[in-house]
Amino acid sequence: MSESGQVGASVAFDGVQKSYDGKTLVVRDLNLEIEPGEFVTMLGPSGSGKTTVLMMLAGFEPVTHGEIRLDGNPINALPPEKRGIGMVFQNYALFPHMTVQENLAFPLKVRHMGREDIAKRVQRALEMVEMPEFGSRRPGQLSGGQQQRVAVARALVFEPNLVLMDEPLGALDKQLREQMQYEIKRIHENLGVTVVYVTHDQTEALTMSDRVAVFKDGIIQQLSTPSDLYEHPQNSFVAQFIGENNKLSGKVTEVSGETCRVDLDNGGSVTAAAINVEGKGARTTLSLRPERIELDPAEDCPNVLDGKIDELIYLGDHIRVRMSVAGNDEFIVKVPNRSGSLDLSEGTTTRVGWRTDDCRALDPVDLA
Amino acid sequence: MTQATMDQPAAPENGDGELTTADGTPLAVSLRRSHAQARRRAFFLVLPLLAFLLITFLAPIATMMTRSVQNYEVADYLPHTTEAIDGWDGTGIPDEAVFAAMAEDVRIGAENRTIGRVAARINREIPGVRSQMMGTARHIDEMTPPWKEAFIAEDEGWANPEFWRLVKRETRTLTPIYYLLSFDFEYDSHGSIVERPEEYQVYRLMFVRTAWMSLLITTLCIVLGYPVAYMLANLPLRYSNLLMILVLLPFWTSLLVRTSAWIVLLQQQGVVNDTLVWLGIIADDGRMRMIYNQIGTIVAMTHILLPFMILPLYSVMKTIPKSYMRAARSMGASPLRGFVSVYMPLTVPGLAAGVLLVFILAIGYYITPALVGGDTGIFISNMIARSMQGSTAELKLALALSTILLVAVLIFYWLFNKLVGVDRLKFG
Repeated sequence: MSESGQVGASVAFDGVQKSYDGKTLVVRDLNLEIEPGEFVTMLGPSGSGKTTVLMMLAGFEPVTHGEIRLDGNPINALPPEKRGIGMVFQNYALFPHMTVQENLAFPLKVRHMGREDIAKRVQRALEMVEMPEFGSRRPGQLSGGQQQRVAVARALVFEPNLVLMDEPLGALDKQLREQMQYEIKRIHENLGVTVVYVTHDQTEALTMSDRVAVFKDGIIQQLSTPSDLYEHPQNSFVAQFIGENNKLSGKVTEVSGETCRVDLDNGGSVTAAAINVEGKGARTTLSLRPERIELDPAEDCPNVLDGKIDELIYLGDHIRVRMSVAGNDEFIVKVPNRSGSLDLSEGTTTRVGWRTDDCRALDPVDLA
Repeated sequence: MTQATMDQPAAPENGDGELTTADGTPLAVSLRRSHAQARRRAFFLVLPLLAFLLITFLAPIATMMTRSVQNYEVADYLPHTTEAIDGWDGTGIPDEAVFAAMAEDVRIGAENRTIGRVAARINREIPGVRSQMMGTARHIDEMTPPWKEAFIAEDEGWANPEFWRLVKRETRTLTPIYYLLSFDFEYDSHGSIVERPEEYQVYRLMFVRTAWMSLLITTLCIVLGYPVAYMLANLPLRYSNLLMILVLLPFWTSLLVRTSAWIVLLQQQGVVNDTLVWLGIIADDGRMRMIYNQIGTIVAMTHILLPFMILPLYSVMKTIPKSYMRAARSMGASPLRGFVSVYMPLTVPGLAAGVLLVFILAIGYYITPALVGGDTGIFISNMIARSMQGSTAELKLALALSTILLVAVLIFYWLFNKLVGVDRLKFG
């Protein structure tokens, strides 16, 4: 339950398609339900269609086909100003000729609110983003982080039920970005508004969201919680895009229930969880998280291969080991820096192993 | 960590608490010296331009302004009279001493053949003086004192108090007469400043007309140019490039060609009238007069000055991100509201630059009003040009008019700077 009593809006995309040129589809067939108060992130590389989806939801791009509903009401024909959706833009879009106060008052003035009411709400919004004393400055006199806060406050000041954020932290440095992530998350939790967030930064998506929709080529590749995305990627693109990933390709020789046997191209045979394989004889790409791989595993480990250590990178809390395993010389293993850990040296050959569950057989990709 | 690396790097101080460099020179001096060479080089680079401007721009303007108030004929060519008449009280006609001085001057003037110039100068204000003075000059050798009687016997004009008052007035070497004339004032026979007779009043009307027509042209340029600039800045590149060429093409075409094209279009047997007659909107004998009058000047000049409005506007609009309007609309503002309260204020630097350019260019425009303005559509600059070709006096009037125009532009610029702030402008 939110502190403000504000209720988030629900959003539904129903078979939405979008084309700019009449030849190619930028958004292919989008079906997405967003619950009230949810924080949903659209994550994907540039050109994947995520921003287009956001622009259609905001009303700046017409929907080519399909329907978008806000709280159950179709909004396809509604102009942006009638949708009541707050928005934070990539470069903040703070009006440079107005002070911070005037910027925040703008959406309230447009709604013909009383002067005192406006002043009160503006001050409250500034306090929410912890900048109560900056009201009379102009955006040009603020730092990037401060502008970002004002932009967030402006998108929220008229108490919309839905707020859209289009890569709002893209222009900030790393430290500030992390700080703002928590801040936005905190505001979201306090207000209970629905947030649709667009980013190409997977860390941002994982830390902030209730659910993440991974976009590629105008299609949602996978829509699930951050942990599910990382732990259980459904295809090779998601496995590669979210977090670090080791790929090994091979051919399925046997499928039995939820596991399958895969013969690797460069020799060796392993068992893997059969997630996205067409059946016996089909090609597959195995996905392995670097931290799930064990160096010199115990004898009962079901999957063991030989590997040569090419490079050791000391990172403090862990050691990053680059190895050549089954023809893949970008095979990364993260070894936790525990006391009594292994004595590793470059150029030596060692055994690597992993549990069957941690190795997911997904759709084949070209490893060239 | 050592103490030295912990400290902020700071220059050492000398005894007076002044910052110094390592060798003890004050920091400020050292800094100035290090920049001096660059400054000298920069100065030498602009020196040719500076000299060019001085010779071709500042010096002529200074000459123009001085000559417009100079009045040396009487003082130079009637030096004795100038001295003698100083003591005269201006009532009736002067005494013998002044006449004697005048006789001396007329004699010398007749010898040097300079008397004609003074005669012409005074004749301009009291017709008949020329023949009076020239006649006396021809017979000066035969005349004898007392000069007062002799002169009056020679020509009745010498007994005219108005003549003497004029001579006394004109002994001043600086005169505001050309500026008075520029505002349709003059001296009456008693030397006080009065309005000129209505049939001679022309310059005030011209100044006013130049101002309001320039304002109208500027307004039209805003109305026509703003949407074009907006489209230029916001259309997809392919279309905006084409549009830019359409804007620039007339800009590159000769002014005369464009003005003549308007004559072809707008004259009574021209394309526009022909089309309207053919469409039956106007009768053949009711063809509209759209050129050689104010309409002609306004249409042609608006067309010619339009790029000066469009280009600064465009350069400013180009820099306004689309997200501003989107932000305004996402906050609930209608497109109109967003445009008025967000987009338009951001275009002010370009708009102001355009207004400044167009208005200042328009106010001094010459060629187009001359070609298509007829009698009612000409500007003050056309009057200046006309006067330039006349006598010395008319030339001085032209110089006075030009100076007034220059001052008017400077006042406009100053006002504009006060209101908008020229440092905020973006010309392109």
